[in-house]
Amino acid sequence: MKKALIMLLSVMLLFGIGFSLTSCKKKETPAKAAEVSTPAKKFKVAFIYIGLPGDLGWTYEQDQGRKMIDEKLGDKVETTFVENVPEGPDASRIIRQYAQKGYNMIFATSFGYMDPMVEVASEFPNVYFEHCSGYKTSDNMSTYFGRMYQARYLSGIVAGKAIPKGASIGYVAAFPIPEVVRGINAFTIGVRKVNPTAKVKVVWTNTWYDPVKEREAAVALLDSGVKLIAQHQDTTEPQKAAKERGLVSIGYDSDMGKFVGDSVLVSPKWHWGSYFVKTVQNALDGTWKKHSYWGGLKDGVVMLSSFSDKVPQSVRDLVAAEKKKIVDGSWDVFWGPVKGQDGKVIVADGAKMSDGDMLGMNFLVQGVVGTISK
Amino acid sequence: MHIVFEKRNSVSRKAILLVPTVSFLVSLILTGILLIIFKTNPFTTYSSMFIGAFGSWTNFTETLVKAIPLMLTGVGVGLAFKLRFWNIGAEGQLVFGGVAATWVALFWSPFLPSWLVLPTALVMGSLAGGLWAGIPAVLKVGLKVDETLVSLMLNYVAILLAQGLYYGAWIDPKGMGFPGTKLFPKAAWLPRFSGRAHIGLFIALILGVIMWLVLNRTRWGFEIKMVGQNPRAARVMGVKIGKSIITAILISGAFSGLAGSFEVTAISHRLQQGLSLGYGYTAIIVAWMAQLNPIASLFVAVLMAGLLVGGDQVQMMMGLPSAMGIVLEGMILFPMLAGSLFTDYRLKFITKSRSREAAV
Repeated sequence: MKKALIMLLSVMLLFGIGFSLTSCKKKETPAKAAEVSTPAKKFKVAFIYIGLPGDLGWTYEQDQGRKMIDEKLGDKVETTFVENVPEGPDASRIIRQYAQKGYNMIFATSFGYMDPMVEVASEFPNVYFEHCSGYKTSDNMSTYFGRMYQARYLSGIVAGKAIPKGASIGYVAAFPIPEVVRGINAFTIGVRKVNPTAKVKVVWTNTWYDPVKEREAAVALLDSGVKLIAQHQDTTEPQKAAKERGLVSIGYDSDMGKFVGDSVLVSPKWHWGSYFVKTVQNALDGTWKKHSYWGGLKDGVVMLSSFSDKVPQSVRDLVAAEKKKIVDGSWDVFWGPVKGQDGKVIVADGAKMSDGDMLGMNFLVQGVVGTISK
Repeated sequence: MHIVFEKRNSVSRKAILLVPTVSFLVSLILTGILLIIFKTNPFTTYSSMFIGAFGSWTNFTETLVKAIPLMLTGVGVGLAFKLRFWNIGAEGQLVFGGVAATWVALFWSPFLPSWLVLPTALVMGSLAGGLWAGIPAVLKVGLKVDETLVSLMLNYVAILLAQGLYYGAWIDPKGMGFPGTKLFPKAAWLPRFSGRAHIGLFIALILGVIMWLVLNRTRWGFEIKMVGQNPRAARVMGVKIGKSIITAILISGAFSGLAGSFEVTAISHRLQQGLSLGYGYTAIIVAWMAQLNPIASLFVAVLMAGLLVGGDQVQMMMGLPSAMGIVLEGMILFPMLAGSLFTDYRLKFITKSRSREAAV
């Protein structure tokens, strides 16, 4: 008993001594750091990442956007990032710390940071907060996201043309939230536009970044006989698994063809840079206002990567034609008729689904095999 | 020549002080070498870790937020380990406790007087945690099923159950299809005293001390220790071993269940993703570092929480990759845990000639 207490006390003492020693030493180094930094006070921007910039997917693209801020506004702005931050209440600690450290703008790049960010935003009215993919805003907190469903629809056309009539596609899905559901639906609508009896089989991993689990889900789908793999997570593993079976895939987030090869026919991808630069510039100019940005193909915040050599010209032309309709606003993916899994009409012919309904989408369209609640 | 471990007859005072000192220094030096390889100043890194965790009152409250669940699960797991019952299911017990507390907060609150909502949620959470731990205990006592595996597997069951609820049956109807239950009514919020640090801290401290008193000052505590150390002697003395195990494990689980109830009622105010960040697993390290002593667990939990919070600074302030924070945590803990071996054992160097004699 005593033994344990003594040991504990000594450990604590050591921690104390160790740290007080190091804090003495510390005094020399920050002084140096201060000399190096420029005299003019820079606008400081921090990014909270769910994964690693090296994931070649979601975080990679957010980080590309961050780099564009450095590139375009580097003389006035400095950026930093923190990676692998778990979603949920614990994130508020990280966000708060940046706010306390005098950061002027904080980007939280995943849905699960929404409530923590709302909480911190209310405590720091002079800091700008930008949250990706959520729906809550406040005076100093905005949301930004992209109409990825538009690019997914186009990639669905490529996929539908690449498989035999009536074959199945495997879709490795992340979390059963509207963003992912919308992606599955848009993709399926694209597939069935050119291949009306094709099926899209969905498997949920409940992960954003878990290479092992995402690969396993793809392998399970491949074992069930699907002819093509599409996916919603931040890694390239499902595409690699398809390639190993000699099958083609559709990428996501970034141009995954660059990392996997020409088996990736095309990737719906993000391009955040222009938006990031604009919103930071607005903050610098004092013209930043609360907003809910949801840009599409037209703004170029979502786009298709370049095609793999395996995609024939006729398909490219078809995609270009469909893209034109979306960009000029004469048609969008969830304009009626949209039918649910059971064939029931959800959006009537001639009707347009509202942004609100799209943002809260919680049904699967005809042609999807699977359910939303796992 | 070869080396063997020889159990020390008695643990010397000197070893108790020397071993953790040396282990800690070894930790710092090993980690320092690694940091230098990454071209980072070890001293600034250590001090930024320390400042991040303990350097200001606000930072310290965040450390406490993490320390509270670690205290409770650490004490709970420690009790189970005293019985040599390898309960590695604290994570699941915590989550199941959180689920039960959510159930009360969301669905019982309309029928309860508002002052009763929170206590009921906490009690139900603790009971649920106890029940969840009771499954492996009953299986072990009744059917001799290995508790390690059962308690571990039940973690996944609890986590998936919670997920199933906040994605499905309990999803907030106004949440636009996004996962998570609706916010608890205010009556079910555990008060915070500073920042996010909540009064669960005082409950955890009091419970830790009570647990120490019970283990060291009561007949039941004595029986528990005996069952763990020498079950045969315990049986001879008339201790009902099965009953002792089950009661102790129910209590062990209740501690974790309470930790889960605190997380939902004080921190997130709803059931959602990120309920536990591996507290139930970290609790195992806490319990061992505290040598299963409940009061020591309380302190170790604070240090452990400090290490977790401080670990984040490594990337936020020093600009190292996030993996480095985890590596640092591991490198600091490993020699400390390894070191505890040397308080109970000594290294003996046996030369070849002598060992041959011994073989003859």
